[in-house]
Amino acid sequence: MKLPFSWLKEYVDVDITPEELETRLFSCGFEVEELIHLSEGISRVVVGEITHMEKQEGTDHLYLCRVNCGPEYGEDLAITTGAPNIFEGAIVPVALDGATLPGGIVIKARKMHGIMSNGMMCSGTELGITDDMYPGAEVNGLLILNGDPNATLGRDIAEVVGLDDTIFDISITANRPDCQSILGLAREVAALLDKPLHMPATDYEITGEPDPEISVRVEAPDLCPRYLAHYVRNLRIQESPRWMKRHLALMGLRSINNIVDITNHTLLEIGQPMHAFDLDHVEGKSICVRRATEGEKITTLDEKEFTLHPNNLVICDAKKPVALAGIMGGLNSEIEADTKELLFECATFARDSVRKTSRALGQISDSSSRYEKGVDQFGTELGLRRALHLIQELDCGDITPTAFDCSADEKHECMTLTARPEQINKVLGIEVPAETMIDILRRLQFGVEDHDGEWTVTVPRFREDIEGVPDLAEEVIREYGYDHIVPTFLAKAAVTNGGMNGYQKRQMTLKHLLAGQGFHEAVTLSFYSAADLDRLHIPADAPERKAIRILNPISENLSIMRTTLAPSMLNIIVDNLKNGNSEGRLFELANVYIPYSLPLDRMPDERLALCLGVFGPEEDFFTVKGAIEAIGQVTGLEFTYERAQVSYLHPGMTAAVIANGKRVGVFGKLANDVTEELSLAKDDRTGRNIYLAELDYAAIDAMIDENYHYRPLNDHVEQKRDLALICDERVTVGEIEACILQASPLAVEAKLFDVYRGKNIGAGRKSMAFTVTLSDREKDVTDNAAQKAVHKILSNLKFKLGAELRQE
Amino acid sequence: MQTDIEALRAQMREDLKKVDSADTLKNFWQEYLGKNGRIPALMKDLRNVAPEDRPSMGKIINELKNRVQESYKEAEARVKELELTSQNEAETVDITMPAKIRQNGSLHPITLVRNQIIDVFAGMGFEIYEGPEIEDDTHCFTRLNVPKDHPARDMQDTFYLTDELLLRTQTSAGQIRVMDAEKPPIKVLVPGRVFRSDSDATHSPMFHQMEGLVVDKDITLCDLQGMLDELCRNLFGSEVRTRLRPSYFPFTEPSVEVDVSCFECGGKGCGLCKHTGWIEILGGGVVNRKVLENCGIDPDVYSGIAFGIGIERIAMLKYGINNIGLFFQNNIRFLEQFRA
Repeated sequence: MKLPFSWLKEYVDVDITPEELETRLFSCGFEVEELIHLSEGISRVVVGEITHMEKQEGTDHLYLCRVNCGPEYGEDLAITTGAPNIFEGAIVPVALDGATLPGGIVIKARKMHGIMSNGMMCSGTELGITDDMYPGAEVNGLLILNGDPNATLGRDIAEVVGLDDTIFDISITANRPDCQSILGLAREVAALLDKPLHMPATDYEITGEPDPEISVRVEAPDLCPRYLAHYVRNLRIQESPRWMKRHLALMGLRSINNIVDITNHTLLEIGQPMHAFDLDHVEGKSICVRRATEGEKITTLDEKEFTLHPNNLVICDAKKPVALAGIMGGLNSEIEADTKELLFECATFARDSVRKTSRALGQISDSSSRYEKGVDQFGTELGLRRALHLIQELDCGDITPTAFDCSADEKHECMTLTARPEQINKVLGIEVPAETMIDILRRLQFGVEDHDGEWTVTVPRFREDIEGVPDLAEEVIREYGYDHIVPTFLAKAAVTNGGMNGYQKRQMTLKHLLAGQGFHEAVTLSFYSAADLDRLHIPADAPERKAIRILNPISENLSIMRTTLAPSMLNIIVDNLKNGNSEGRLFELANVYIPYSLPLDRMPDERLALCLGVFGPEEDFFTVKGAIEAIGQVTGLEFTYERAQVSYLHPGMTAAVIANGKRVGVFGKLANDVTEELSLAKDDRTGRNIYLAELDYAAIDAMIDENYHYRPLNDHVEQKRDLALICDERVTVGEIEACILQASPLAVEAKLFDVYRGKNIGAGRKSMAFTVTLSDREKDVTDNAAQKAVHKILSNLKFKLGAELRQE
Repeated sequence: MQTDIEALRAQMREDLKKVDSADTLKNFWQEYLGKNGRIPALMKDLRNVAPEDRPSMGKIINELKNRVQESYKEAEARVKELELTSQNEAETVDITMPAKIRQNGSLHPITLVRNQIIDVFAGMGFEIYEGPEIEDDTHCFTRLNVPKDHPARDMQDTFYLTDELLLRTQTSAGQIRVMDAEKPPIKVLVPGRVFRSDSDATHSPMFHQMEGLVVDKDITLCDLQGMLDELCRNLFGSEVRTRLRPSYFPFTEPSVEVDVSCFECGGKGCGLCKHTGWIEILGGGVVNRKVLENCGIDPDVYSGIAFGIGIERIAMLKYGINNIGLFFQNNIRFLEQFRA
């Protein structure tokens, strides 16, 4: 919300600087986002008079002038100009040598066509002002100041044209729609400075004849709690006076004519949107506030046509809509230069209704944004009275007694609250003296009646945000000053046990483990697009495709809630490769969103998934498997692995991770065809070596047993035997291990230590050497017992897997 | 014979000096003390000595033998020393060569800041609750006193999944779930992902917040500032101060913005604090009575304070990061700068 300092001072006698006021406003809840000094960038520009002019030789349009800028700046300065509107005796702005103008322009004395020019005479445009700021500012040529008593020679031009002003751009919180106006902010400033508030005049006299034919009714009181209308006739449409044009200009509005300007001025000053209908174009002289009928059409002032729906509130005459309620008037009933009579509308519309219609139609106006923030019923009455006063003050029409007040809620009385000062102090935690509170509330226009410490507080009608004691506490402390709050360290709170729970701690343990394994933690967005699933060749009927859609995504790229983390991981791996990071390990521990049904009929299953991404020339399937094993160790789970098929992983280098017989994840090398389709440089050898793992962390965590006991150490003698086995190439290490462990109860571990392939073994065969540990918790393992166990192991290996002991 | 012995003794001294390795030591042994060495040879020669001279001669030879053996031992020790030295020299490495380690990984700065905040409040007895990221309208808005027509609920800001379900726009939603499940005294932090339909240099459609809530008897605005003072000193150093100023959130009344004195310039004014001496870090306030009522907690008996921290904002301030996008690009050269 913009607040011109000069306009503010019409209501409050501010006796501090804009900078001081900025600080005071800030501390009571009004942050000044920007303090705009209108004269910023303008210096050494003063009033001067052209005392003599003559055509400059050798040019066809330049004049050499003698300019009197008063005794301080020089009474006879030679300045060249090409402006078409000069005359001897013209009083004009003069930018002296070294002057600055808006836009960083610096004026220097310099020779023009061989003659020294000691500055520049300026146009209004060069000073950055419009006709509304100063009459004649937009003429082609110099700004002529003749006739302005303020334009004394040598005077700073900012003071003459009204640029010696400051505009506060104030951020207004959503609970204070009453401050979305000059008057509302003036009220706050008056309270803050403990100064009287000079209310704008709202008196007027009835001078026009009534028109009994005019009718106004509200058929949708739920969407229009209050609708005031007033008939003004014998309009005299003219230019607005200079003060009004200036007010509008300071707020960034252009003056149109006196009637339109009055409605805009009332919006800015009082915060009340107003509309004026040209009554000649209101059929039947009848106004009806109702929901639009399906398919009804309206063309608004800005010549846009809209097709309406019953959710849209419209103002209609006897036949058709003449305004989109609270948003914009219709083109058909616009005030024009020849309009003779008008009906003012001053209403309160439900903000939700205005917002929905405004958004649905894509039509936003100053009025609609004001209604969205909230317009109080107090402002509705005040606004209309102020507009009628201005009609009279500007003498632009005859006010009639024909007026309407359609209100759904007849009670317009002030709300009262009961409060005790100690209740207020209990919220704050400090002791603000009762008299101080009363004084603060009085300044803010609250009424306080003290009945032996029981207060009856009357809330001003414009403060619809005040509901109870905490609101009063806020009013008190923001004026009293938050620096009075004395920090206490939960002095009276009960002692409680805090910290992360087991589930949260285990996640941190896992993260630290992975960091120790060289993984960098990644955080990626929770949504992506179907194209990200396509990239991983995830089939159309795969469960990952059953993803929750966002109804209003920012873009299609971010439109579905992810069901798997792998696509996000692959994307950041590719980004890293493109950024020249040729190797790395990344992990993300984050939720995936699994709907129980689609369309969504209840909250989905949000479960933590763990994704690993590994890439670079040093990595292979088994370095990744090592990381998975480390997770097994830290969780205390024994992982086993089964060959698996995953759409995006290499068919020969993919494993499912099994814990307690349940599949809890997969890992493997990125499939060749998926890798091929990534837009990576062909010669990027590292980009070809990408591994992904995705684990169901929620499932893994659920299996973690934190109440485990230690196993007594085995004191008995163990035996170790190395067995080099020759077998078919297709026999796996896992099969041999399992076979060894099953063959004898003494076999507790079978550990591969060598694999050998060579001519002496034969094609399609390999030799694998294992160290087998034989152990018995009851007794020592004797050579004899070990011999028997090895015999049994070898015979099982031969029988089940065709593996035989290698003969040297 | 006497002269032979003297010659041998002299020769032995010379040979002893030449012993400088295991090989020469071995040669020395064989030369003098070995089976066919000179000392045993002298012993044999003793047979040829006149019997009456034998005892004295034998004594001399024995002395010589002892002397040689001692010398041998000394030489042996010297050689051992020499060999150790040369072995050590041979094995010496250039200790400035690169280490052989797997480069340690890192935790994301968001995790680091989140944990640091949790640590501060865990010490004050706060539990950690993580609510659902997909929330319903009731928990995210209605029961937090965000009325139906509040701009925060606009389609412009909130990602909707259905009419009722949405991506939570604030961790405040967790307040309601905690108050439904527990009765006062409550001290809880709700960290997590939140989502808003906003994307530019300073906004990401997903970011992280940490909600804090205390509900107990006699909790006041002073407690809020006391707690947040502790947090800020922990995050930004023991010198910093906090400042409260009025603000507005539907779920707190009074509501405040909390600024911390600039830790870069000490409050004198610099680029980081935009020359104000203060940096805005979070919002909070006294829990709105309606929110307590909505959760079945009697606001005449209990009061509460709540605050919401933007984790990215704190991380940006703490680590001097100027673009929120960096958190989600996951460039390893960015990530590796943070410690696990």
